[in-house]
Amino acid sequence: MAKARTSPLRSGFVHVALIIYTLIALFPVFLIIINSFKDRASIFRNPLGLPNASSFSLVGYNSVLTQGDFTLYFQNSLIVTSVSIFFVLLFGAMAAFALSEYRFRGNSLMGLYLALGIMIPIRLGTVAILQGMVATGLVNTLTALILVYTAQGLPLAVFILTEFMRTVSDDLKNAGRIDGLTEYSIFFRLVLPLVKPAMATVAVFTMIPIWNDLWFPLILAPSDATKTVTLGSQVFIGQFVTNWNAVLAALTLAILPVLVLYFLFSRQLIRGITSGAVK
Amino acid sequence: MGSLKIENIRKSFGQVDVLKGIDLEVRDGEFVIFVGPSGCGKSTLLRVIAGLEDATSGEILIDGKKVNNTPPAKRGIAMVFQTYALYPHLSVRDNMGLGLKQAGKPAEEIKERTRIASAMLSLDDYLERRPAELSGGQRQRVAIGRAIVREPQLFLFDEPLSNLDAALRVNTRLEIARLHRQLKATMIYVTHDQVEAMTLADKIVVMNKGRIEQVGSPMELYNSPQTLFVAGFIGSPQMNLVEGAKLGDPAAKTVGIRPEHIQVSNTSGTWKGSVIHVEHLGADTIIYLQTDFGPLTVRLFGEHQYEVDQVLYATPDAGRTYRFDDKDQIIKA
Repeated sequence: MAKARTSPLRSGFVHVALIIYTLIALFPVFLIIINSFKDRASIFRNPLGLPNASSFSLVGYNSVLTQGDFTLYFQNSLIVTSVSIFFVLLFGAMAAFALSEYRFRGNSLMGLYLALGIMIPIRLGTVAILQGMVATGLVNTLTALILVYTAQGLPLAVFILTEFMRTVSDDLKNAGRIDGLTEYSIFFRLVLPLVKPAMATVAVFTMIPIWNDLWFPLILAPSDATKTVTLGSQVFIGQFVTNWNAVLAALTLAILPVLVLYFLFSRQLIRGITSGAVK
Repeated sequence: MGSLKIENIRKSFGQVDVLKGIDLEVRDGEFVIFVGPSGCGKSTLLRVIAGLEDATSGEILIDGKKVNNTPPAKRGIAMVFQTYALYPHLSVRDNMGLGLKQAGKPAEEIKERTRIASAMLSLDDYLERRPAELSGGQRQRVAIGRAIVREPQLFLFDEPLSNLDAALRVNTRLEIARLHRQLKATMIYVTHDQVEAMTLADKIVVMNKGRIEQVGSPMELYNSPQTLFVAGFIGSPQMNLVEGAKLGDPAAKTVGIRPEHIQVSNTSGTWKGSVIHVEHLGADTIIYLQTDFGPLTVRLFGEHQYEVDQVLYATPDAGRTYRFDDKDQIIKA
């Protein structure tokens, strides 16, 4: 059906537009990667040139791996991101299940309240969050970051997952109830597998702002033991001199784990499509 | 062992009363069908019996035991859904066995019961497949198998044939009738299709707007409808319903005559009318007449030739007309 309706011209235009957008989106990334492999002089002399025999240099990577503890920073970023995603998905899906499945007083108000965080940036509460972390002694711990990022990711997760869970057939859940499944097993064994694509979407949307965030690591966990990659790269940006080789190398390295996580989730996106269960 | 008693069940969703006081008794082994237009509360009633919805008030007794507060899995019921509702990630075998597994039955027993059910429904070749690899009819058989395996006191069917195409519907209907004879279990079945109701039921419960209109065997409902609604709902084509005053019977608000209880003649009869349209179905011929008091449908058995605009005379069979009062209740002769 879809094939018959699209003319080649029309789909050609669509593809041109998409290709242009892709080029625009990928260009900065491309620039970072090529320049990370050049020596300092070539970066400034010819920023758009590909690294060649004379300009090729690994000095940036060298300084990243020798100065500062980048393995630790990577580890911190990974821990914070993956644990936060885990909690966002777990609590988000549970809240979404309750909102979509049960009739109770104030259901839609509660849904609205939980979604409010999409519109109000969590950074507005930075001072209060910092005070809270100081009071609980969580400053300079990864726990502080995980807590904040979980809170930051939940509104969108609840919002998206609620909509998706409404589409899971009531009959299927009821069949589970008649077969004696508890509400928890209905949630974990029947509903979650069916909303996998939505979970992957939420995971991707949650992951990227957390990985890239500079604000909260700088404020809540700036100690050397808890630095994340984005914060760690800042040591190369000085007030007077910036070690561009190192900054670009650190950024290039920082892209890799995100790419890996993204591919993991996007495979789920495709695999998670379970048709045929209901009609 | 599978009797059901419902006493004054009411169900409201907020301000909306869906069930307005339902009383019903189902004897062990009966095949009872709830039938009615959509929105009449029949599915809600089934869900209340299953325990998937709580009744706002009233009592449900299965086998003489009050089950209002018993969770669905412990009520001794099994349910077959319109959308099959098979677990997408489990094989046919595991779909059928899940309920028993949850109840903590030994693996041997689960295997045996699954074997019996799959043999009954000829599902042996599909036991290791996933629901996605089955056709609609096979999926519905698996869903029925999942119900059989539980050996319930009460089978509940929620429009199980609505998603099947016409040919499969007839086959599955026969299959369900055969299962009922074979298992001798009590079955409650919801449908909006009166053909399913008439062909399967021992007892039909006609529902309308949250109330039971009439309970009776298919032939009772056909031959002696107690209300105007039942008269209009049961029977196809629909009963002719004419204002009594127009037929010179002011005592009755409405008079009903089934299309098959009218004879036509070219020369003389009670009512004169002209032919609007003729439908030839082979076994019957359906004639639509325009008369002085409005349209009249006549169903003749066999093949007949009539022309549009031809003038015909129609005569109702003696003793086969129904008269209803201003409360839409039947006036007893």
